[in-house]
Amino acid sequence: MMRFFKKKKPIDLPNFWKDYATLFEKPFPSDLKDVRYVVLDTETTGFNYEQDRMLCIGALKLFHKNIAVKESFEVYLSQNHYDVESAEIHGILKKENVEYITELEALQRFLIYVKNDVIVGHHVMFDVNMINAALERHELPKLKNQTLDTGLLYRRTLLNTTVLQKKEHYSLDDLAEKFSISKKDRHTALGDALITAIALLHIIDKLKPEDLKDLIKKQRPLKYGF
Amino acid sequence: MKNTISERVSDFLKHYPPFNILEQEQLEKLSCEVTIIYKTNNSVIFTEEEIPHDCFYIVHKGAVALAKKGSKAIMDICDEGDIFGLRPLMANENYKLEAKAHEESILYAIPIKEFKPLALENTQVGNFLIESFASNTRNPYSNKHRGQLYGITDTTESNTEGTLLDVQPVRYSTNLVTCSENTTITDLANTMTTNNVGCILVVKDELAIGIITDKDLRNKVFTCQVPTTATAKEVMTAPVITYPKNLTIAQAQMAMMKSNISHLCLTEDGTPDTPAIGILSKHDVMLAVGNNPAVLMRAIKRARSIKTLRTIRRGVTNLLRGYLDQNIPLRLVSKIVSELNDATIKQVIKIVIKEMEQKPPVKFAWLTMGSQGRAEQLLNTDQDNAILFENVPAAKLKETNAFFLELGSRVTKELNTIGYEYCPAEMMASNQLWCHSLDEWKKVTSFWIENPGPDEVLLSSIFFDYTVTYGDKTLVDTLSSHIFERIEKHPLFLVHLASGALQNPSPTGFFRSFLVEQDGEHKDFFDLKLRALMPMIDAARVLILSHAIKSINNTAERYEKLAELEPQNKELYLSCSYASKALLKFRTIQGLLHNDSGRFIALDKLNKEEKIKLKRTFKTIKEIQELLQVRFQVKTILG
Repeated sequence: MMRFFKKKKPIDLPNFWKDYATLFEKPFPSDLKDVRYVVLDTETTGFNYEQDRMLCIGALKLFHKNIAVKESFEVYLSQNHYDVESAEIHGILKKENVEYITELEALQRFLIYVKNDVIVGHHVMFDVNMINAALERHELPKLKNQTLDTGLLYRRTLLNTTVLQKKEHYSLDDLAEKFSISKKDRHTALGDALITAIALLHIIDKLKPEDLKDLIKKQRPLKYGF
Repeated sequence: MKNTISERVSDFLKHYPPFNILEQEQLEKLSCEVTIIYKTNNSVIFTEEEIPHDCFYIVHKGAVALAKKGSKAIMDICDEGDIFGLRPLMANENYKLEAKAHEESILYAIPIKEFKPLALENTQVGNFLIESFASNTRNPYSNKHRGQLYGITDTTESNTEGTLLDVQPVRYSTNLVTCSENTTITDLANTMTTNNVGCILVVKDELAIGIITDKDLRNKVFTCQVPTTATAKEVMTAPVITYPKNLTIAQAQMAMMKSNISHLCLTEDGTPDTPAIGILSKHDVMLAVGNNPAVLMRAIKRARSIKTLRTIRRGVTNLLRGYLDQNIPLRLVSKIVSELNDATIKQVIKIVIKEMEQKPPVKFAWLTMGSQGRAEQLLNTDQDNAILFENVPAAKLKETNAFFLELGSRVTKELNTIGYEYCPAEMMASNQLWCHSLDEWKKVTSFWIENPGPDEVLLSSIFFDYTVTYGDKTLVDTLSSHIFERIEKHPLFLVHLASGALQNPSPTGFFRSFLVEQDGEHKDFFDLKLRALMPMIDAARVLILSHAIKSINNTAERYEKLAELEPQNKELYLSCSYASKALLKFRTIQGLLHNDSGRFIALDKLNKEEKIKLKRTFKTIKEIQELLQVRFQVKTILG
């Protein structure tokens, strides 16, 4: 019982989490132009939040329509849980010549990197939930960032007419094709993040939202829409 | 810190000079410092007299136009792999030109701080830069460097667009490659090779006394009439035919034809007694007259790659701009431009078919619908297209359909590359719904005609303007006669089509003020297409279909035909024909002005005269709509 209470107390949270959490006390930029985005993609062993693990987190910063290459984030995680089948998709083979870090180390680095920026991803909730599951394993609270899903936003850019049959879900490949983005490096975390970032820029250009709130709202389907 | 993105950046850079000269390691390091920038169409990257940024740019995707601020004439267009904005950084001066995204673009910004040491360290990179700066980019004699770096272009050259091209002054090479009459043939051939030119001028006391071209070397040296150890004097053609520098293109062409030569020597006053100042080659003339429909047409037909077509299409736009500036009748302009557009699409299909692993299994036709089908597409707008293929046995249908869908998606993708936007409603041959066999198309169109709901009316109004761009015409004729047969049996369809034509929102409000868009991407803009062009187009379609005429698709021509068929309404139809041409011209001019499709117009940017012109057409729209209402008794249906 005592242990249970202790766990909940924020006092026990590590410093890197506290630093991350305090960032959210500051007011958020009101102008959409000044919003910082972290575009994110993770490669995982599978789709189960409980059992599967992240193998790689790739992310980049998008600010003022610019992506600085050196500000990108790419870490590979050493995981015991390993699935041969998904390795085929991602091409991350365990003995590849990259540095592997522990899950906790990766989370720590990610929190320092992500700050209070808006997290963007294609079907972003999957990646966020994956990270949240990992945070929970290390007895940390969930991510506090606002999120944007390019999958949902893309639907809103499409013509609203019965003549067009919309798909239930649009894959990142669909978006890349539509916006003529090179599909090189598809299925590497950072490569997918770059495609997502460029797709987001196209989408914002199409939707012309008034502010961030408006953009977040646009993820919801139209009330009386099709 | 190397990562996936920096690898991608260096993968791209290594294909283009001067980065291809860099060591792998240097390039990787440089790539990490790059910033990827997204620019929307028409957004400014830097402007004239602006203090230089701390980086220069290379175009990764899209195109960037360099121009004098406020002038319509574009100095240079930087394409994929072209560098711009470097010279001011090296020379420590402000930008001399304005750089603007010519279409949606992705740029890589390369910090000068990281690049400069490399340029100083690596002599080859340094030489490349010096060479590029020295030979003004537009110099055809340094063709391979063209457009990669921009220099301070001569202001006298800037005024080339808009004038009739044949009387334009020619651009010539001022970078003279010369030798003396005592130079040996081996030496002068080496000079020509290093300078990558096809002719060399022999000078004495600054005056041109002879000229040696590749042809001279071939005819005199390689036939062993003259040994390679001989001097220039023995092979040169003399005297040199000279012309003044302010030659027009037409004059240059005439001069070359008259003397049957491929190079002209330009001198200060046009006589051989003043120093030579430039050389004009046949190639320069060819480039200059590139803006002539016949040459463009030939270039399109010769194009072997999509990238070439993309460049040619810019020539077409330039041609269009020139025509409109000179007030050449729109009917003629739209004919020429549509022919060129048509040829371009045809060439794209040809290239794609050639690249397909498999040949088309049966005969097919590529149908172009919408504005291109009506020969009203002057600017690059959306692509609407469909595929119609011959009937095949049921067992083969799936396979055949799959082939044509693949063909459709490849062609639409390439069309997108050369500048046709994807259709937002996906009315494209890559979509299963727009790729059918003849029997399937018959079924689909019959359904539309027999069950005319709002969607069916919309679909048929787009589809029924089709023309064959590529492939078998007889297939299409079969389909057309089928459609007329069905329409005759179901006259109610025309009434629905007419009511559809009346559904377009009105252009003006109660007080004769323009109605602008209330929200969305184009808030406060006037939608020229929806509110003015569409009603005219839709009305023309219903009327012409009711007369069972398929061969005419162009709206203005449809009205002219109608005037012929119904003499009692001649006056109205002729004014409709005039109005639809005027609206189209209006849209095209607006589109050229703002480098977009011209569909949405900012009313506050129009002057009084333009507004009056626009309003005048609205009266005609109203009249033709009233005619539709009466003729097809639309009101009774709408209740």
